[in-house]
Amino acid sequence: MTLQQVMDTCGIEGVFVPDAQAAVTAAYTSDLLSDVMAHCPDGAVLITVQNHKNTVAVCTLVGAPAILVVHNREIPAEMSDVARREGVALLRTADDQFAASCKIAAALAKNS
Amino acid sequence: MSDAIQKATDAATGNEPLVLLELIQRLKVRDVMTSKLVTVSRSDTMHAVQELMRQMKISGVPVEENGRFFGLVSIDDIIRALGGGYINDACSKHMTTKLVVLEDDMPLSFALRYFDRYRYGRFPVLNRDQHLVGIICQRDINRALLVELTNELNRIESVSSHMPGADMAYSIYVLREFPICKYDFENAGKAANQIKQVLQEKKFPPKVIRRIAVAAYELEINLCVHSDGGVLSWQISNGRAEIIARDAGPGIEDVEWACRDGTSTANEWIRSLGFGAGMGLANVKRVSDEFEITSKKGSGTTVKSVINIAAPELSVS
Repeated sequence: MTLQQVMDTCGIEGVFVPDAQAAVTAAYTSDLLSDVMAHCPDGAVLITVQNHKNTVAVCTLVGAPAILVVHNREIPAEMSDVARREGVALLRTADDQFAASCKIAAALAKNS
Repeated sequence: MSDAIQKATDAATGNEPLVLLELIQRLKVRDVMTSKLVTVSRSDTMHAVQELMRQMKISGVPVEENGRFFGLVSIDDIIRALGGGYINDACSKHMTTKLVVLEDDMPLSFALRYFDRYRYGRFPVLNRDQHLVGIICQRDINRALLVELTNELNRIESVSSHMPGADMAYSIYVLREFPICKYDFENAGKAANQIKQVLQEKKFPPKVIRRIAVAAYELEINLCVHSDGGVLSWQISNGRAEIIARDAGPGIEDVEWACRDGTSTANEWIRSLGFGAGMGLANVKRVSDEFEITSKKGSGTTVKSVINIAAPELSVS
């Protein structure tokens, strides 16, 4: 499914979306960057509390097109700047990680 | 700023091209600076400095005695002296003493940031003993980059010509080095990202790219978080990618413990940034075909990851 479909289906705010039609084929939930490096699949939305630019760096390396920051945490300017440079989408939700993960998992299952 | 320096500064700030970026990270200030210095002593007059500038066609003269650096007289200082009527004063009275200096073993990329930030025409260069060893200006950088680019081109042509008929993938030779500073989270991950970009440009298989990127990133972050700084180098030749991280940091007391998943010496601040999961070395080991680590407490650590590469698919004409 596309990033736009994920946002619409799960009620997620798009803070920076360079390509709303980008394909999302998976999701991964983690706050440990080395864990993301090791296990996050290509094409996944990363669901995390880590609202800083190092998260963007890791996503570019693993091929994750979007980061979903939970608990409505603020996205700092530094993170936005790097995301714009690298073309990684930044999303935000008021949900916690469990709720956000369940919603996205359901959406992906319905679209597969 | 000249075009070459603008391009190199853009490269230092992340805007291509990669060849220039690699050069300015590999070169040190001492490789580029002018070391045959024209200097004056504190008792020399401003007029003497003016004459020196005219004869040598230079615009700045360091004030130095027995290697000890005291200040700099610039052409602006001379103009002010002429206007103020004190051109025959000792230069020690009017030299600029509040200066930004560079160290001779700094990467050139640092020097370019200084030029961009401070907009000075030149910087004195000191060694670790704080002795004046050179001066660097934009013209030096232009000249050095042109020479290095020419050398790089000659080397690439030489490598290609020595391997007639060989598989193109195995004739690829890439060698890059990146200095990594302790706690430099501003730039953490950039080296690994640049490596990934080069591999994508050369059309390596995505799975191989990810393995190399993971190894490079984890080693880069380890240098940033756990060492006192070091160098990340990588090379591709003969179908192998080698990523090596070297530091002169505290060393690892128990290497076997450090390589286990979930073991980390990171502090709370580091963990709050998402690092310190204790998976770094384990991740590197997992993606490597060969993995070596040597470390001694108090003497630093060297980690080497080797990943075998399948030949990229060649286009069929």
